[in-house]
Amino acid sequence: MNNNYNYAFLDEGSKREIRRSVLKAVAIPGYQVPFGSRELPIGRGWGTGGLQLTLSLIGPDDILKVIDQGSDESVNAVNIKKFVGLCTDIKTTKNTREATIIQTRHRIPEVPLRSNQILIFQVPIPEPLRVVEPREEITKKMHAEKDYSPIWLQLYESLVKYKKVTIPTEYPCMVEGRYVMNPSPIPKFDNPKLNKADCLYLFGAGREKKIYAIPPYTEVISLAFDDVPFERESFAGKICCLCGSKNTYLDEMFDAQTGEKFYQCSDTSYCQEVRQNVSK
Amino acid sequence: MYLNEIPELTIKNLTVRYGDGCPDCQNNLEKNRCTVCETIWAANDISFDVYPGEVLGIVGESGSGKSTLMRSLYFDFFPTFGTATLKNFKDGEANIWDASVAEQRMIKNTIMGMVYQNPILGLRMDYSAASNIAEKIIAAGSRNAFQMNARVTELLEAVEIPTSRMSEPPKNFSGGMQQRVQISKALANNPAILLLDEVTTGLDLSVQARVLDLIRKIKAKHGISILLVSHDLAVIRMLADRTIVMLDGKIVESGLTDQILEDPQHAYTQQLVHSLI
Amino acid sequence: MAYVAVSGGEEAIEESIKLLDYYKSGTVKDIEIEAIENKLSLLVDRVMSEAGLYSKTYAALALKQCEGSIEEAVFLLRAYRSTLVRNYYTNTVNTDDMRVVRRISAAFKDIVGGQILGASYDYTHRLINFDIDKQDPKELQKEVEEKLASQKLEEILPCPRVSSELKKEGLIDSFPQNDESPHDVTVNMLEFPAGRSARLQTLSRADTGFISGLAYSSLRGFGQVHPTVGELRQGYVELYVSHPLNEDESIYIGEIMITEVECFNTTDDKDQLKLAVGYGAVFGRNETKAIAMSVIDRELENGGPYPSQNEEFVLTHGDSLEMNGFISHLKLPHYVTFQSKLDSVRKTREGNQ
Repeated sequence: MNNNYNYAFLDEGSKREIRRSVLKAVAIPGYQVPFGSRELPIGRGWGTGGLQLTLSLIGPDDILKVIDQGSDESVNAVNIKKFVGLCTDIKTTKNTREATIIQTRHRIPEVPLRSNQILIFQVPIPEPLRVVEPREEITKKMHAEKDYSPIWLQLYESLVKYKKVTIPTEYPCMVEGRYVMNPSPIPKFDNPKLNKADCLYLFGAGREKKIYAIPPYTEVISLAFDDVPFERESFAGKICCLCGSKNTYLDEMFDAQTGEKFYQCSDTSYCQEVRQNVSK
Repeated sequence: MYLNEIPELTIKNLTVRYGDGCPDCQNNLEKNRCTVCETIWAANDISFDVYPGEVLGIVGESGSGKSTLMRSLYFDFFPTFGTATLKNFKDGEANIWDASVAEQRMIKNTIMGMVYQNPILGLRMDYSAASNIAEKIIAAGSRNAFQMNARVTELLEAVEIPTSRMSEPPKNFSGGMQQRVQISKALANNPAILLLDEVTTGLDLSVQARVLDLIRKIKAKHGISILLVSHDLAVIRMLADRTIVMLDGKIVESGLTDQILEDPQHAYTQQLVHSLI
Repeated sequence: MAYVAVSGGEEAIEESIKLLDYYKSGTVKDIEIEAIENKLSLLVDRVMSEAGLYSKTYAALALKQCEGSIEEAVFLLRAYRSTLVRNYYTNTVNTDDMRVVRRISAAFKDIVGGQILGASYDYTHRLINFDIDKQDPKELQKEVEEKLASQKLEEILPCPRVSSELKKEGLIDSFPQNDESPHDVTVNMLEFPAGRSARLQTLSRADTGFISGLAYSSLRGFGQVHPTVGELRQGYVELYVSHPLNEDESIYIGEIMITEVECFNTTDDKDQLKLAVGYGAVFGRNETKAIAMSVIDRELENGGPYPSQNEEFVLTHGDSLEMNGFISHLKLPHYVTFQSKLDSVRKTREGNQ
């Protein structure tokens, strides 16, 4: 721990301010609360929104896990953990079950989270309507008036053109029947995990200066027409080459020598747990 | 002819002005501009009714206030004063220009349909023709893709656009086809009133004839009220039951179309009718 | 080994930093902070301006730490600033009182207080001086000091701005004193339409290249401003904060060098014309940026269809940290999202095969 800096880097006033925004976000599920995003030593666009949430919530008793693409050891996750280690004395872990705070980019862990855990998402573009309207001034009004036709139209357009809904990640969800929300670039595979979960989900967008939240047991429905069910990425017939799981999100890989295609769990901690249980 | 019917739309004292106005404006107008305070009266105290199933023509030169009137009705901008009431909106008791944003959207999507002279204003050129029409159906609350497809197909067939082209964007279409897509979009939710703003202007004569013929069919089939703005008396003669003549932001003459064409009273109308012959 | 893969991220980072240290070590010759501060002072000024933190020494330290990368140096200063408690706002500075070192007007030959050319590269020939590395720094300094010693000192008195004359004449609108607290963009999210205080702060910290390019586009016809530089003044202004216990008293905390520009533009005033002012003010000697800022300030006031006239477009895309952070994040792994995109692409093709 580097004593030249305050505990968890930010000054206490800034942390308190961010926590107040979090409270507001929890009170209005899915609503994007503007906040005075601070600059951090980590690149803007590299998870500073999530990191500000982590820094303002973390205390000596917490155990932190950081993942990127589902992996604890990917460079960005390592880098963020290293930074939190520089300015706090908290314990870090790779074990999903052990963590109290998990900061993530692009994935929700395969293990269902509990009510005493917080999952913090790094969000590049918080505005779900940005794809249909570039101006913040207008999208704010659209949310206020619950005018979500343009996003539905985008879904329909995709059906007309491709006979499929082709939105890959950042698939929009309706939160408690009120706000349409961008779940951050998690795959559609993870969207159902947002609905009526036991844990608290927090979303932080540093560059765009927004915080939003899904409190426990909130209804989160991925947008879909009545007769065209929401469809996740499918890995039918594919299994993880390490642990044999058939029900996880898989990374597609190529053997450097033979060019042969194979698959591995994107959630590395889960994959390891499955392997350990088997060897027991 | 309409005395016993309740109008679909009633406009009273519609005024759109640019500038603050002065006490003496109305006595110092040169065309629609006050020579004292330079205020422009784009629409000056316009009142009229539109009855169920009729086609009301509005004729006048550019700058006469026709488009100002139409675009106020479609909330593209708001009048300085005046009221408009709709039979299907709060029993004709409420001024639509005082309605909430959500109510205005509902009016635009379900009670009225608009076809602009310039298709860029009425269509999303990069979305498919089908989506352009579906936009209205979605806005009215539908969340069933199969039903939407069926309705879109029906509407495109009605305006004679081959369904094989429904997934193409209107930017690939000819001007006449774009107008027909706009018309089917305007009709998507079976509105009570159709607003047509110079819909055939700029089209080739043969294409014009086809669009006009389509409007005639729609009138016959749906019994919808149509407010038809044109600078072209030939279009008015072909379609309008009654006609209003506008000049410099004011109504100078109104009556049955045949009567106006055969026996014009105002000097400007006379000039118009003579130039037609 | 892939740069993230499933494991090994930690070692990869450590090795990467080692290699970076090797690049940074470069040569046995060192570059001293004092030299960066004083001999690369325009670079230091630019970094301070984009960081929104006035400290020549820290800017020099930051530049040394990152091989002279402007975006990295700005980044270091901004991140450092986040750790500082904000105790006070300074009192409003009246630039009429500036200790001027350079002051020019492109609008009038003679101005009250006089034109002072000051130091400028504008009238130098841009020829590479191949002898520059043969100069002995001590000799050079002695030479310059001797030259200066023989000069007669002349006092420059504080002077009002050129625009104040035109205001008296009624050609420029005068506005009542506005004592509303400014919207502090460093602790609040920008909202649109943004107030002018938020706009000016954002422009003042903007990336020099971004704002200059935008102003250039406006001058070339993608906009309506073709301004006259009414006044460009450069010099030191004194900063005061209110006494925490006695508001009538203020405490001097130091002085900073700034560049301030007012550009004049003709604009409609019913059936006649008037002049409108665009304003620019930045830390240090950053003249192009200050002028560009004044052009953009004016364009945003005008509004219109061009990029330089669109407030949300201009104010949200010019921050060095934000633009460079988001562009560089594209280097982060996107395995999960790309897998999902692949899945969508494959599904639309399944039926056609």
